Amino acid sequence: MIDAPPSVVIEGLRKTFSGPDGKPFDAVAGISLSIRPGTLTAFVGPDGAGKTTLMRMMAGLLRPDGGKLSVLGIDLLVDPQSVQNRISYMPQRFGLYEDLSVQENLDLYADLHGVPPAVRAERFSRLLAMTDLASFTQRPAGKLSGGMKQKLGLACTLVRVPDLLLLDEPSVGVDPLSRRDLWRIIEQLIEAEGLSVIASTAYMDEAQRCDQVFVLNRGALLAEGTPAALTARADGLTYVVTPDADVPARDLQARLIDAPGLVVDAVPSGGQVRFIRQPACDDARLKELLHGCDAQPREAELEDAFMLLLHEHEGPAREASVPPPLAAGRADGPIPGDDGAPVILVRDLVRRFGDFTAVANTSFDVRRGEIFGLLGPNGAGKTTTFRMLCGLLPASSGELRVAGVNLRTARAAARARIGYVAQKFSLYSNLTVRENLDFFGGAYGLRGKRRQDRVREIIRQFDLDPSAPSGNLPLGYKQRLAMAAGLLHEPEILFLDEPTSGIDPLARRAFWRTITALSQAGVTIVVTTHFMEEAEYCDRVAIQDAGRLLALGTPREVRARSGTAAGHMNEAFIAIVEQARAAEGHARVAA
Amino acid sequence: MERLVASLAQILALCRKEIIALLKDPANRVILAAPIMIQSMLFGYAATFDLKHVPYAVLDQSRSAASTAFLARLDGTGVFEREATLASPGQIAEVIEDGKVLLAISIPADFATRLAAGREAPLQVILDGRNSTTAGAAAGYVAAVTMAFNKARGAASPITVERRAWFNPNLDSRWQIMPAMIATLSMLQTLLLAALSIAREREQGTFDQLLVTPLTPLQILVGKAVPAIMVGVMQSTLVLLVVRFWFQIPMAGSPWLLYLGLLGFTGASVGIGMSISALSLNMQQAMLHTFLVIMPLTLLSGLLTPVRNMPDVLRIATYANPLRFGVDLVRRVYLEGAGLGDVVFDFLPMVAVAGVTLPLAAWLFRNRLA
Repeated sequence: MIDAPPSVVIEGLRKTFSGPDGKPFDAVAGISLSIRPGTLTAFVGPDGAGKTTLMRMMAGLLRPDGGKLSVLGIDLLVDPQSVQNRISYMPQRFGLYEDLSVQENLDLYADLHGVPPAVRAERFSRLLAMTDLASFTQRPAGKLSGGMKQKLGLACTLVRVPDLLLLDEPSVGVDPLSRRDLWRIIEQLIEAEGLSVIASTAYMDEAQRCDQVFVLNRGALLAEGTPAALTARADGLTYVVTPDADVPARDLQARLIDAPGLVVDAVPSGGQVRFIRQPACDDARLKELLHGCDAQPREAELEDAFMLLLHEHEGPAREASVPPPLAAGRADGPIPGDDGAPVILVRDLVRRFGDFTAVANTSFDVRRGEIFGLLGPNGAGKTTTFRMLCGLLPASSGELRVAGVNLRTARAAARARIGYVAQKFSLYSNLTVRENLDFFGGAYGLRGKRRQDRVREIIRQFDLDPSAPSGNLPLGYKQRLAMAAGLLHEPEILFLDEPTSGIDPLARRAFWRTITALSQAGVTIVVTTHFMEEAEYCDRVAIQDAGRLLALGTPREVRARSGTAAGHMNEAFIAIVEQARAAEGHARVAA
Repeated sequence: MERLVASLAQILALCRKEIIALLKDPANRVILAAPIMIQSMLFGYAATFDLKHVPYAVLDQSRSAASTAFLARLDGTGVFEREATLASPGQIAEVIEDGKVLLAISIPADFATRLAAGREAPLQVILDGRNSTTAGAAAGYVAAVTMAFNKARGAASPITVERRAWFNPNLDSRWQIMPAMIATLSMLQTLLLAALSIAREREQGTFDQLLVTPLTPLQILVGKAVPAIMVGVMQSTLVLLVVRFWFQIPMAGSPWLLYLGLLGFTGASVGIGMSISALSLNMQQAMLHTFLVIMPLTLLSGLLTPVRNMPDVLRIATYANPLRFGVDLVRRVYLEGAGLGDVVFDFLPMVAVAGVTLPLAAWLFRNRLA
């Protein structure tokens, strides 16, 4: 095994693209590495780190602009075909034929890869068993859930036994349960068939399972090693602190993250705040910052090492790490208009599409000034619920009041009092920042001097360049602009749909810092997310699965109900969904 | 009152955004002016039914002074160009089949003797019927030349037809086609512009952002329709200028009435376009649907073929076609100098189409199942 040649050798590899502003940038900037055969290797890094570019070059789909690249001992630049004959590559969005059934998709890929008919039956039944798809062979691929599609994609990639399997973010957009299943399949494969697997991922718990981890950022290789060796970099720097009883964990977290000289990173977790201190941090000043709360050392995790590496690489001058200052004024004293009545009231909400019930009998309240999270796997109904709350989708039945207005009868009036930030950047790309804000100001009924003042103020608050074309803004700034447009008319409620999907961990911290500040200013926030750990920022969360509301309460209550009080939100989520699915199974058997 | 002002200010913000977005793109700016100018020139010069150069062959078996005189007249029109002089009837098929000539004139051997004897002297004209329009026109020309020839010989038929074409004294088909282009050419782009306006926002995800603002569907409709109508009328103006000043076709009617008509016509086109847009999920669908609609609209407009010749079913269908009435209205106002009273029946179907499609589009904004 020791003598086996490396499965991948990369020397000074480089790939340059031209950016949205026309300037070239290095997606992969001179990376050198080598990967041992028979191992599970992870490339981790935020979006735009160069993971996909690297994967595509290794699969021979993209020609490098410089450097050497050999896979399975073959120079990829000279003979890409013989490499491709021996590897399998699963792109982020696998090309399933949505109108073909599961079986037909498998047959098609087996035909394409020239798998001999003799071995197919055995191979298929093994793959179907592994992926739990055996009972769905006749179902069209388009009718599968996101997680099932991804598993079918993996099965189609594995119709033949490759020497090397490349998986590009196999678990992106997949719910925690399917994510766990997917990695079990991958581990079984390595054990049973001894193939080498290289997977890219943004999840640290996935990297933790690998033999070897490469940390990438902005096209550069920051570090490599076993998860344990990498984690050791954060040893002695990691702490956990419990805030005073009446202080939300996110407020303490906000204070910590605002002191980059002392603290590298901080996240709320289970009512506490986990943080990483700066190696050269002054103990006395840290104590002052913690307001006398007692910080306990805790064991370092891979995530801590990853954040440390990212911060070192990005440096303190990073754009998105400075939270935009927000208008004070509303921060002190009682929240205006707070009469204790819920600002959003949902009773027996139902939405059907044909004979499919996307949201079933859902009831909850959101109180003024709360951060309320809607959590759930893809297809759980959270987007449908969210769209009904914003007035984008009429409800089939049930009561829905937003900001005291019945959304079913007075939609325009309700809409004037809410702000909305879509998942994807959805302002006008060819308009400048100011033109976008002027338009949305006008659409929200701001006129004349008042509009000018608000636009000027919000541009200053969010530190935007008014004359920049919005389409060319970096992702972090695009999101700021979207937030600015949503806040222009000073709404009572801000709706955010998956605001943190596709942005890197540092930008996510900055984003939540803004949300915390807004909440302190009295704005009610409703947010959907599939990052379970982000539930920790919320006052209360609702967990949905298959259209039903499974749990509702503070993150602490939700964890308590799941019986995993000490664990991560991710585990609590999995437990709750599994319990509910099992209960439904029982009910069905009983009936 | 205050609420009305507030509502109008919201609409104005949307109009402004639409116009800025339209003009911001340099490619868009070119598309707004260049194609329509090029098309008006193309139609002005290329799309004409008038025959200017008719290649013909002659089989003169008479070889007499009379046949030579007849052919001299034909050549003297300046329209007929003799391509071939044939020696035998067998060659006729060859020159016509090759498309070398549009018609062949066969003068029988007894042509001169029959004429001299005062008897009827038939000429045979063989036409290439593959293009019946051109062939028909050419036959008409030959008949006219023959009549003139007869007259010169003092053998005129007892009744002569004195032709006076009103509104187009020379029956120049350019006069017939070009004013109609004021409506037709602008429709293509207006329809496409309107069809893309919502589909583009849906595709780029900005439509949701628009729907969560307090703008009502009616406000969105007006805010999107007004810029599209403005662009349509501006394009019509460009064609109007080309027709009036480049091709120098005199305008008989009132410009105010013409513009009123164009406004109604463009409104109906925008209504159709917006309905397509509200139905389409993305720009590709919107574009495809537009082209599907444009073809029947043009065919059933009476632009090139008279509506009264169509089967009853199609003739009824033309009432839903704003282009039919737009073309009629523009032609009548432009060439005939018709007043409002004369063309009021052209307005009704156009206003009806706009009155159905525009509210339909507004309803579809929110009720199209995503």
